[in-house]
Amino acid sequence: MGRSHRPGPRRQGREGSSSHPSGDRVLVLPGEEIPSQGLKPGPGTYRVGGKVYASVLGLLSPRPPFVQVVPLSGRYIPKPHDVVIGTVTDVQGTFWLLDIGAPRWAPLHMTGTPWPVEIGETEKFLRVGESVVVQVENLDPTGRIGVTMNGEGLGKLEGGSIVRISPARIPRVVGRGGSMIQTITQRTGAQVAVGQNGRIWVDGDPEAIHRVREALRMISEDGQRGGLTERVDSYLRSTTTSGDEGPHDPPREGAHRDAPEREFASAPPTEPDVDQDIPTDDPPEPGNN
Amino acid sequence: MGSVGAKDVPVLLSPEGLRIDGRRVDELRPIKIQAGALKHADGSAFVEWGANKVMAAVYGPREVHPRHLQQNTKAVIQCKYNMAAFSVDERKRPGLDRRSQEISKVIAEAFESVVFAEEFPRTSIDVYIEVLQANAGTRCAGLVAASVALADAGIPMADLLPAVAVGKAGGAIILDLKKEEDNFGEADLPMALVPQSGRLVLLQMEGHMTREELSKALDLGVKGCRDIYEVMKQALRDRYMVTPGQEGAA
Repeated sequence: MGRSHRPGPRRQGREGSSSHPSGDRVLVLPGEEIPSQGLKPGPGTYRVGGKVYASVLGLLSPRPPFVQVVPLSGRYIPKPHDVVIGTVTDVQGTFWLLDIGAPRWAPLHMTGTPWPVEIGETEKFLRVGESVVVQVENLDPTGRIGVTMNGEGLGKLEGGSIVRISPARIPRVVGRGGSMIQTITQRTGAQVAVGQNGRIWVDGDPEAIHRVREALRMISEDGQRGGLTERVDSYLRSTTTSGDEGPHDPPREGAHRDAPEREFASAPPTEPDVDQDIPTDDPPEPGNN
Repeated sequence: MGSVGAKDVPVLLSPEGLRIDGRRVDELRPIKIQAGALKHADGSAFVEWGANKVMAAVYGPREVHPRHLQQNTKAVIQCKYNMAAFSVDERKRPGLDRRSQEISKVIAEAFESVVFAEEFPRTSIDVYIEVLQANAGTRCAGLVAASVALADAGIPMADLLPAVAVGKAGGAIILDLKKEEDNFGEADLPMALVPQSGRLVLLQMEGHMTREELSKALDLGVKGCRDIYEVMKQALRDRYMVTPGQEGAA
């Protein structure tokens, strides 16, 4: 386990990108009638007496044969195959409970890890407060979320810190074809791992981490306007300091959305401190109620 | 406010038909809503309504605490209405009392009839309402704030829930009572409306009214709710404004 591996959360360039639903971007609110034009009510909508209404705040996106509303806010709603970053909230004999920002905690069973875990020895491998990169495996109708750590790019996170943003903003953080995340890693030289659940792991030299946080804040605060990549890029250029691009952690050619470059050779094996939110530098999260 | 003694009942309705603060009988107090006022909540809203100031925060859906309240088929909606000690002239004794328990309960029940709780079984949606400054109609202001906060938290629901109190003071049916009208008036009737269906999901009454007055009051209240509904929607639009045509470049 002490072996450092490379949990680079892969992104599947999937739909769900609330950022680019074909052209028209209509904001709808719960209870608002949607012109359905013969389309069936999809996610985020409901039908009463032949009319279709929005049930969540979000952007209208017609996906024939459905109309749906893509939420602009809210907790992370897990989807199978999503790679997410979670923090251990409880340790049981055969599994850990992870807070992945979803409505419920996600159990990670010991068989879902690459480690030789004995029953009752789960705590030797992961303790409360430590963070991991896992993949959503299955969901059942009762809302139970099964996750696994078996897979490329999955594993325990050592060092670094975790930034939280709204899951709805993740497509903007990644950018088209990974352009945004590529810009960020290349300009700062930081190591970044993006979870679909809105948690982003950052490691590197303190200055680089700070600049990544700033960039993430820019993205989460005004992602509604265009030219974001350019603005983030110009911010990162303007703040380039001696600290980065220096010998410590040069920007890597390989930094790429599918495999943010990750090497732990120099990283101290400390736990990532989970911050409450980006703008504030709150102390690590208290033991979670 | 403090000048009104228990004995001298103020003139609640002038001969010209104006109320104590100059409003007409069917006029609302000025209302201002800010969606997303808090950083750490999943959703939040701050409402200033006349002299009322109310903050609402929504957390969840999340793990249920305490566990035994968990329901296997849907989310539980837990609401906590609280008045700050400094929210009224005379210091309010802090903490739970019968009044705040009742209000918490009726507000939670109002939301249970619009929130699509079945989408999140075994979870809890926690709604916190803090009254910072009170001047009658705080349960309605709290409900309005909580409703905007729920939408801000991305919770699926049939509709927003505008609410307002109607009542009777100085012999007239009036909309949106303020403190003096509530204290010295003849009746108080808070209500919450589902605009999409026209259903009322909260209706309480204190005092006396004739049937005719009641039906007139309900009509007036529904109209008031619809006006408040627009303010609520605008607050959410302001927060999630999408500038048209500028999107997609990033």
